Amino acid sequence: MDKVLGKRSALAGPYVIWAVGFTVIPLVVIIKYAVFDRSGAFTLANILSIFAPVHLKALIFSLEIALGCTLVCILLAYPLVLAISRLKFARSGMMLVILILPMWMNFILKLLAWQMILSSNGVLNLIIRSLGFAEFDISNTPLSIMIGVIYEYFPYMVLPIYDAVTAIDEDVIEAARDLGAKKATVFWRIVFPLSLPGLMSGITMVFVPSMTSFVTADILGGGKLQLVGNIIEQEFIHSMNWNLGAGLSVALMIFVLISMTFTINKDEREEEEAW
Amino acid sequence: MVEKARAFISRLYILLIILFLYAPIAVLIILSFNDSRSRVVWGGFTFKWYVTLLHNSQIRSALGMTFLLAFLSAFVSLVIGTAAALGIYSMKKRNHRLMMMITNIPMLNADIVTGIALMLWIIQFMPLGFGSVLIAHITFNIPYVILAVMPKVRTMNISIYNAGRDLGAGPLRAFFELMLPQLSGGMISGFFMAFTMSMDDFVITYFTKGAGINTLSTMIYGEIKKGIKPEIYALSTIIFVLVLVILMIANSMPAAEGTKRMGRQGD
Repeated sequence: MDKVLGKRSALAGPYVIWAVGFTVIPLVVIIKYAVFDRSGAFTLANILSIFAPVHLKALIFSLEIALGCTLVCILLAYPLVLAISRLKFARSGMMLVILILPMWMNFILKLLAWQMILSSNGVLNLIIRSLGFAEFDISNTPLSIMIGVIYEYFPYMVLPIYDAVTAIDEDVIEAARDLGAKKATVFWRIVFPLSLPGLMSGITMVFVPSMTSFVTADILGGGKLQLVGNIIEQEFIHSMNWNLGAGLSVALMIFVLISMTFTINKDEREEEEAW
Repeated sequence: MVEKARAFISRLYILLIILFLYAPIAVLIILSFNDSRSRVVWGGFTFKWYVTLLHNSQIRSALGMTFLLAFLSAFVSLVIGTAAALGIYSMKKRNHRLMMMITNIPMLNADIVTGIALMLWIIQFMPLGFGSVLIAHITFNIPYVILAVMPKVRTMNISIYNAGRDLGAGPLRAFFELMLPQLSGGMISGFFMAFTMSMDDFVITYFTKGAGINTLSTMIYGEIKKGIKPEIYALSTIIFVLVLVILMIANSMPAAEGTKRMGRQGD
């Protein structure tokens, strides 16, 4: 054991094997499926079909949904984090419990509940009607998909930002106040910059899943509005065209990688600082 | 005065967010007491779905499968992931970065890509079923454990272990009694994160499960078109109340809060 601990890197052995076997090789396999057609000939058509009009439309729609939802999550999260950190310690702990608790409810059930709330004869319209306003129907619109996605991933934005903000040394903020900084200055010059690592991991955790969550689009989009995830799912489950499905998956992966490069770079720099 | 107004606005904002977060949950809880099978008609108050829930073998087996998968995958991930965090930390810089990059893949990749890639690979050597879902869950869970344990490894005091060895503790005993306790905070949160992720997963399970087995998520998804059984609402209400109670107890334990605070400063 001492020898193992002396060369402690050996402890990572099982994980290295697992990661190669079930993270790296599957990626190689999916790429292999993507670059061959059904007859077994090499082709880039599967990957490039992401640029076919129907697929491109879904990709752009996914991107719009993901960007919109990530932005709204950020805008909703900061005031919440600041409001929670104003509370006394015991209460802020309770607030975190309140925030985490809904995550234990099955997300498909929660989406179905949103469907009921947002539908034309749903709860929301009942309230609106009883207040004397004209009812409006937002079911099966991009807006209702966005509400579902924001609902699903909002806690993933709040928690890392909250962690980063509460880790800020109170004395730094006190010092700034003593030196005459206004509240806005304190936020933009101290709190916000120091919360960036949390914001970055929040963006990562919200942006990617909101681009591809095909169940949300299924339930709240009424099957007509398709995210890129819906198209991939259909190729695999209904059309059984695995090569095309794999090609679109690889295209999606490349796309996500490109859009995340910025965030990863940021993370790595921090990693180095931590060393 | 300004301070009071600020406090009021921030409370109001918290309240609105809570309303947003709990609106669908309130709907589900209300439906669990609805005497009509319809989702839009209120047919009066009833407890009957809670009773029939007990006799519904389909739900029971899906629930059992969900918990079994969550527990097994979280446990295996805890063992492999904790060892991995210790190992990766002591690697040379280049290998360290390579391994952290690979660890990030399942977290950065879209679930649908992870699920499909695993499915395409696993069917080459075994049929889809419990085994393939378990492999898939362990695969996406290990990174959560590594990321939770790694900060504790960074701040761990290795001299305690060495001192124990010098004073005659066996290597195994020193490892379990002097090294692991220093990591326990990260291990516990890693385990629960993995457990939660496994319970909550739909997409990866959907693509790797094959026919015949169902978790709660895949069972519910399959029922969307036929109509959700009201027993499901009853079950999720029970789970909700259970988790609420557990979280309240955990939150009110002063000792737990103390360690949480310390952990935060240590990070």
